[in-house]
Amino acid sequence: MEVTLDFSKVKAIVEDYTEKVDSLIDSYADKKEQIISLLQDIQAEFNYLPQDVLVKISQKLDIPLSQVFSVATFFRAFSLKPRGRHLVTVCLGTACHVKGGQRLVDKVSRDYGIKPGETTEDMRFTLETVNCLGCCALGPVVVVDGKYQSKVTSDKLNRVLKQYK
Amino acid sequence: MAKVWIDGKTSIEVEHAEGINVVHLTVDDKEIAVSNGKTILEAVERAPGIGNIPALCHHPAVKPYGACRICTVEVSEDGGSKFKFVAACLYPVKEGLIVKTQTEKIKKLRKGIIELLSARCPNVKRIQELADEYGVEKPSFVLGDQDCILCGLCVRACQEIIGKSAISLVNRGIYKEVAAPFYAYELSGDCIGCGDCAFVCPTGAIEMGADGRPTLPKVKIPYAEIEAMMKKETVSPS
Amino acid sequence: MVEQVRKLLEKKVESPEGLESLRQSIVAKRDPQRTCISVCGGTACRASGAEAVVDAFLDEIERRELQVQVSLKETGCHGFCERGPLVVIEPKKIFYQQVKPEDVEEIIDETIVAGKIVERLLYTDPTTSETITYEPDVPFYKKQTRNIFGANGTIDPTNIEDYIASGGYSALTKVLTGMKPQQIVDEVKKSGLRGRGGGGFPTGRKWQSCLEAKGKVKYVICNADEGDPGAYQDRSLLEGNPHSILEGMIIGARAIGSHQGYIYVRNEYPLAVRHARIAIEQAMDYGLLGKNILGSGFDFNITINKGGGAFVCGESSALMASLEGKVGEPKAKYVHMAEKGLWEHPSLLNNVKTWANVPLIINKGADWYAKIGTAGSKGTMIFSLVGNIVNTGLVEVPMGITLRQMIFDIGGGIPDGKKFKAVQTGGPSGGCIPEKFLDTPVDFDELTKLGSMMGSGGMIVMDEDTCMVDVARYFIEFLKGESCGKCTPCREGINRMSEILSNITQGKGKPEDLDTLEDLSEVLSAGALCALGQTAANPVLSTIRYFKDEYLAHITDKKCPAGVCRELIRLSIDPEKCEGCLRCLRECPTGAVTGEKKQAHTINQDMCIHCGACYDVCKFNAVIKR
Repeated sequence: MEVTLDFSKVKAIVEDYTEKVDSLIDSYADKKEQIISLLQDIQAEFNYLPQDVLVKISQKLDIPLSQVFSVATFFRAFSLKPRGRHLVTVCLGTACHVKGGQRLVDKVSRDYGIKPGETTEDMRFTLETVNCLGCCALGPVVVVDGKYQSKVTSDKLNRVLKQYK
Repeated sequence: MAKVWIDGKTSIEVEHAEGINVVHLTVDDKEIAVSNGKTILEAVERAPGIGNIPALCHHPAVKPYGACRICTVEVSEDGGSKFKFVAACLYPVKEGLIVKTQTEKIKKLRKGIIELLSARCPNVKRIQELADEYGVEKPSFVLGDQDCILCGLCVRACQEIIGKSAISLVNRGIYKEVAAPFYAYELSGDCIGCGDCAFVCPTGAIEMGADGRPTLPKVKIPYAEIEAMMKKETVSPS
Repeated sequence: MVEQVRKLLEKKVESPEGLESLRQSIVAKRDPQRTCISVCGGTACRASGAEAVVDAFLDEIERRELQVQVSLKETGCHGFCERGPLVVIEPKKIFYQQVKPEDVEEIIDETIVAGKIVERLLYTDPTTSETITYEPDVPFYKKQTRNIFGANGTIDPTNIEDYIASGGYSALTKVLTGMKPQQIVDEVKKSGLRGRGGGGFPTGRKWQSCLEAKGKVKYVICNADEGDPGAYQDRSLLEGNPHSILEGMIIGARAIGSHQGYIYVRNEYPLAVRHARIAIEQAMDYGLLGKNILGSGFDFNITINKGGGAFVCGESSALMASLEGKVGEPKAKYVHMAEKGLWEHPSLLNNVKTWANVPLIINKGADWYAKIGTAGSKGTMIFSLVGNIVNTGLVEVPMGITLRQMIFDIGGGIPDGKKFKAVQTGGPSGGCIPEKFLDTPVDFDELTKLGSMMGSGGMIVMDEDTCMVDVARYFIEFLKGESCGKCTPCREGINRMSEILSNITQGKGKPEDLDTLEDLSEVLSAGALCALGQTAANPVLSTIRYFKDEYLAHITDKKCPAGVCRELIRLSIDPEKCEGCLRCLRECPTGAVTGEKKQAHTINQDMCIHCGACYDVCKFNAVIKR
């Protein structure tokens, strides 16, 4: 099958994004101190923090790029490289640790060849760990794309991850 | 009567020090008087022969930061019944403050900090000198091979003296390092090649490169995890 | 008539009296005897499927046209998270647990229509085997004193009228109509309330310094950056009863003269963020926030800031740096934040639970409040009782209750007939307390004496299968990832501790390691810049203090007595018990398990990486861990 790219459509999408990013950044013009919230909004949009957007934030809000970069690398919530289609977050809070959370991390690492913070080559999964999601009564907890899975065993994890293509 | 030090060499005796906004403190059992608003470290620097406080992340030209912790001293605010550990570079002097800079506890603490630093940076001259002074033998840890102690002087000099922010401290914890945004100067164009960062660096970790830009301390990956982290954090311009 | 319509449209309440009459009109409209199905909508119950249960109830009520007789309400966390999703039928408080969408039809048929009990959904006390019908009779709840947390189970957090109907914002009217700032601070001081976030600093003293601090601009901050792994009570309060926190903050603002407040909440708590946001909007609509609150002339606004994911931001100076849009690095606090905090202005920062205590103190009086608790620690404390324990969940008890009462009477003891080993309190800054101290009353000072601390109220119970060296390693590893890296002792010291502990758990420990760990602990406690580093060694020191034999077993015998540390265990299969089901064989990542179907399997020790996957999947307990 031959695929033809409609460049006007691609251009429209790109322009649409640029406009969206611009207006998002502009909405923070009088509250520069809320840069962490802005970065969260950007990440919600792109799934990560693209370099050019950070440069744009620095220019538009007149914050040194080095400071934006410091904040983006300091906080765990931010990723500076694209993440997979599905985000697998394994809780490693104390209660989940006591109930075997680490084993689940090891399992995903083994099965998909990714360490925490990494993404599979086919961009299917990104594996992350979190310190506590506050669902300690239901540990070990794994969250896939925002959906909480409680009392997860390796068996259950297999079944759950299979649903995400 | 109180002795007020004007600089490291000159002092004057004044009767009513309060009038010129002076506070009195005792450092290692000797009384000194300094103008209010100074830190303990500044006060001791102005009183030669009194106290001994080493410092690594301190420079008079930039704001204190309190990172290396080697200037830690013991102070008492209640006339000597209760002592606590504070960083001399940050702690403001107060009337009647008792400061001890050379107790056994302090020496042990500094020795511990120097041991940690020399394990991180075994080849840095300034750290080796301190290790000799405090009797630190070969550290009992796996040795790293870094030059940067993360004192942040370069970052503060760039920001406060030059008014730029070409470099900053990025990442956190053991992965913290000095870097330009996205590990490249090109993106921001903030670096003017003044060399101030190299000048203030206490360990010689920053050198000026042939391109007129400072070569920042390269992370030499003493621990396997840094390697993984570096891969994660370095994003190639797309 | 016109007046009535106007009042309906205009929700803004313009005076304390107006709020009182609004309260009366809400209460008058409500029939306390009306059947109300209340479904717990806390994060944990949602994770167990509560949302599908709510939808099923909605459908079923609509299908049967029961809207007039029955109301449905999604409340905050009830605390008994282990048993979720929880459904409570008001007014009798019939308590159904682990409810699934397919149970809904039966509940409607039997309980709502026919007035009968669905026996199979009731809770059975595992110790007495007694079936319990009503929520207050469940032993888990019966022994608690739910002063702060009680309303969570009865009010809809997204409906301000529920909070007002339950007496909400009456403390605020009391403050606005008859209390001077100093009187408010005096009341808090007299109550003996201490900060619920960690250190236990006397709250009233903090308020006093902030009241006295010079400056026109002052800030009020709610610390909801609950980072202690194993603690989630702040999240549950913010999710389940956000107005109680807002009310506390408004009172605090009135006391110190602040007009701007912030709630700094973890990004990992999306539901808490949403409920807090709704609560702020509704409070604005009702004139309880914003300009001229209840016609008093007092202005106060609250903004929500989401954290970026850094444990250290629970430390007040790091939190404020983060609010200023900077990296969350702590600063030296030689001048208190109450005098020079956010943007160098006086700032009053308290934990979620501390703020939630304030309306109670104002309403019932400091004397009433100070009667609860011990000499040095007043009031109740909410703990999250988790780990190897039968009844996991949130527990509110008066200060001074013993650890044994908490773990065995409320928590129901250790599951599967295992033995209790230790309880970890205070999060990464706390310590592990062994069995011989179980009769210690729980309060700020007693826990500190044991080498642990109260912290934010996390309480993780560990059974005999927990390796205490591994626990110490876990916390140090946690802190290594969370240290901001600014100061040498914390950045380098914790990293070295982690190296040593990893070596010990891998059988590479040396006899002198324990001394080195203790030396490093001293460097941390005396030299580190902030509380994270200063207390970082507590988990290590307390485990060395109480479980030294376990360390020695790892170091000298190269054995992990609890069978946790991978490098020190050997996995094998008991041929007597093995049914030959192939499960472990398929699960083994290295192909170390061999065997035929219906025949006993064996593990090739040379290929085994000790991951324990076989142990996990075996349904016949045939895998032996030694």
